[in-house]
Amino acid sequence: MAHLTINGAAYDVDVEADTPLLWVIRENVGLTGTKYGCGIAQCGACTVHIDGVAVRSCGVAVGDVVGKQITTIEGLASGGTLHKVQKAWIDHDVPQCGYCQSGMIMAVAALLKVKPNPTDAEINAEITNICRCGTFQEVRTAIRAVAGA
Amino acid sequence: MNQALETHRRAFLLGAAVVGGGLALGLDLPLGGTKVVRAADGAPEITAWVVIRPDDTVVIRIARSEMGQGTLTGLAQLVAEELECDWSKVTTEYPTPGQSVTRKRVWGDFSTGGSRGIRESHEYVRKGGAMARQMLIQAAANEWKVPVSECTASNSIITHTPSGRTTSYGKVAEAAAKLEPPQDVKLKDPKDWNIAGKSVKRLDTADKTTGKMVYGIDVKLPGMLIAAIKDCPVFGGKVKSFDEAKISDKKGVKKVVRVGESAVAVVADTWWHAKTALDVLPIVWDEGENVRVSSETIAAWLKEGLDDSQPAFVGNKNGDIGAALAGAAKTVEAVYAYPFQNHAQMEPINATAVYTPDRCEVWTGTQNGEAAFAAVLAASGLPAANCEVHKIMLGGGFGRRGRTDYVTQAVAIAKQMPGTPIKLIWSREEDMLHGTYHPVTQARMVGAFDADDNLIGLRMRISGQSILASVLPARMENGKDPVTFQGLNPKGEAAFGYSIPNLLIDHAMRNPPVPPGFWRGVNINQNAIYVECFMDELAHAVGQDPLAFRRKLLGAKPAQLAVLDAVAEKAGWSKPAPQGIYRGLAHFMSFGSYVAAVAEISVKDENKIKVERIFAATDPGYVVNPAQIERQVSGSFVYGLSALFYGECTVKGGRIEQENFDTYNSMRLAEMPAVESIIMPSARTPWGGVGEPTICVAAPAVLNAYFRATGKRIRTIPLKNHNITFA
Repeated sequence: MAHLTINGAAYDVDVEADTPLLWVIRENVGLTGTKYGCGIAQCGACTVHIDGVAVRSCGVAVGDVVGKQITTIEGLASGGTLHKVQKAWIDHDVPQCGYCQSGMIMAVAALLKVKPNPTDAEINAEITNICRCGTFQEVRTAIRAVAGA
Repeated sequence: MNQALETHRRAFLLGAAVVGGGLALGLDLPLGGTKVVRAADGAPEITAWVVIRPDDTVVIRIARSEMGQGTLTGLAQLVAEELECDWSKVTTEYPTPGQSVTRKRVWGDFSTGGSRGIRESHEYVRKGGAMARQMLIQAAANEWKVPVSECTASNSIITHTPSGRTTSYGKVAEAAAKLEPPQDVKLKDPKDWNIAGKSVKRLDTADKTTGKMVYGIDVKLPGMLIAAIKDCPVFGGKVKSFDEAKISDKKGVKKVVRVGESAVAVVADTWWHAKTALDVLPIVWDEGENVRVSSETIAAWLKEGLDDSQPAFVGNKNGDIGAALAGAAKTVEAVYAYPFQNHAQMEPINATAVYTPDRCEVWTGTQNGEAAFAAVLAASGLPAANCEVHKIMLGGGFGRRGRTDYVTQAVAIAKQMPGTPIKLIWSREEDMLHGTYHPVTQARMVGAFDADDNLIGLRMRISGQSILASVLPARMENGKDPVTFQGLNPKGEAAFGYSIPNLLIDHAMRNPPVPPGFWRGVNINQNAIYVECFMDELAHAVGQDPLAFRRKLLGAKPAQLAVLDAVAEKAGWSKPAPQGIYRGLAHFMSFGSYVAAVAEISVKDENKIKVERIFAATDPGYVVNPAQIERQVSGSFVYGLSALFYGECTVKGGRIEQENFDTYNSMRLAEMPAVESIIMPSARTPWGGVGEPTICVAAPAVLNAYFRATGKRIRTIPLKNHNITFA
């Protein structure tokens, strides 16, 4: 049994402590916005925030995040107000298939929290999610728009 | 309501529970003696393409699949344009393949590949919109008892011009639905478009930014169990035995089942339980004879094909290439090769099935709803009236989800647990090992010059894999695979651009036992590299500028020349590049569209390439959404350049060696060049597509720029094998 705090709500989930957080979020908690892409922390589709830091949840054992604040894409908006990164993604029509975009948005939101006006080099170093549709041009445009705002 | 409809409705309700009411059904219900077809919420259809609710919401039916390419929005724009409706009130829904069968394919072809989604359905969907508009106007005129010629429609409002009276589509929809659809409708001149042709925002974006969008992998059904699967990693191998007792104590495991002859699945309460149990399940494979197949044996076999004197399938021919080569003042020769690629769409393959002895339903992301439906019929053994497929948003397709192997598997598992919904999810490893791979080919190119350095002959021998021989043998032409010659054909939607007096392009077919498939761009990926890099070699051999050399040979193809000139002008080809910047160009024609690109690169330490910028021109004939075309162009370069730099599936012991993104890498944001699109529609018919054509010009443009920078010709990909990386 693991006691988790996800998007501010408490969950008791009956799972083995070595279960990847990704699958606990998707299957036990039932929040499917966090996506499975590779399972080896390569693609970033499963990115969530743990205590505000972007983490690839497929590589985190649920037993290691008990007591920490976990935020998924479903919890990024506050109340009815979308996060500024979500708004920018809509304004710039960033997603294509959209499957990787939960993770991409979570990664960008965490970056901008630490570096509100990142350089291109900082963006390049931090945003390493894979997008096979190839939305990178729009991703950069949208990040620039938020950073400049 | 009869029994069949009752069953239908229950099926719908199940579907609605899954996707939040995103699907609807047309139901034939008697109403006051007139047959009105209704959506599940009771709103009337005005033609099969349009449903209008009392609150003026316009529901547009989309038969093709959305997989990121924007077709859903583009097709809705085309219907809305003719319907003259309020774009802000438009929503969309997929009709199901089962409904299509019942209604005699009223929505036409569901298949979504070959960049066909818009270009092959624009006419009939626009007609659907136009017919609906006329019916709505007629209904208003009837109500007002005025001549229809005195009424107009705009923005979902119908106006009786002489009196100034107005009504809305929602108010007259019921009456309009009872009218006979008009036989003939006149479509608007694209010059007069207000919604189509404009960069309106996609209709499916918001839910993709909040985690609400439901993909196939997210489907939930009451009582559902989850399956993980392992197919014999050696192609053609079979399951000999497995020892399910060894995992019987694993938490959550419900059943272990054989799937077909070659696969085993573990069914559990969660995918993680199923997957971890499957990982330790002892399985004995009969690996079969392909265990001796490797990349080396395949390459050697294909190399034989380059030299094979047996007649090959001829794709394009004119003049006398033998005489031209024999009499040439100079010949240039080079051999190129292109490897297997995996689609590696971000959402791993999955399908959810529920089977009972009298009904089988599947929920899945598919590029071909009708093929998926046929697979459900075949796998379940049930008639069409007892089957259904619910199309769910695709987390990428790129050709992989045009196949139905995973639908067959899901039904095969569900059949062994009747009444229990089964969601089958492939691991990324399973996805990498059981792809339908971009075909493997090699090409020998020989060019012949006369004494004045005019190109008088080109001989191109392709050796390697046919997609159709494996996937659609019925479309072979006397043993020949016409798709092999994409971009090389004498005419048609994928025609060779150059006029060369003596030409022979042929194909020595060699089909290794690695299943090929349609991979974004299909055979233009390698054909454009072969042709456009070799044309650069030829230009260099006679000391001519690559652009000028090509222009001389493109006189008969003004549309091709136009896109090439457009990128050259935009890039400033005639002026020297800035210090440290090297340019390369390429052009091609496929999927009915003309495309060209100039790549600008810089190179560090001879082997670190920064792709600084790519100028790309596209002439698809007509443009439905310029902003979405720009995204398809720059996105296609990510797919094409990922293959160029990183992409290769190698074979050892009859199986693919790359099992995940650590060994099958994909481009990241840092590696993305700036892409400047030039969209130059020439108002040609038939229309061209935009999802794929540009993918093929990125690689040769970069390779040609790399030659300019270093003097090195790279003739095999990926670049990682040459120790060349992104800077």
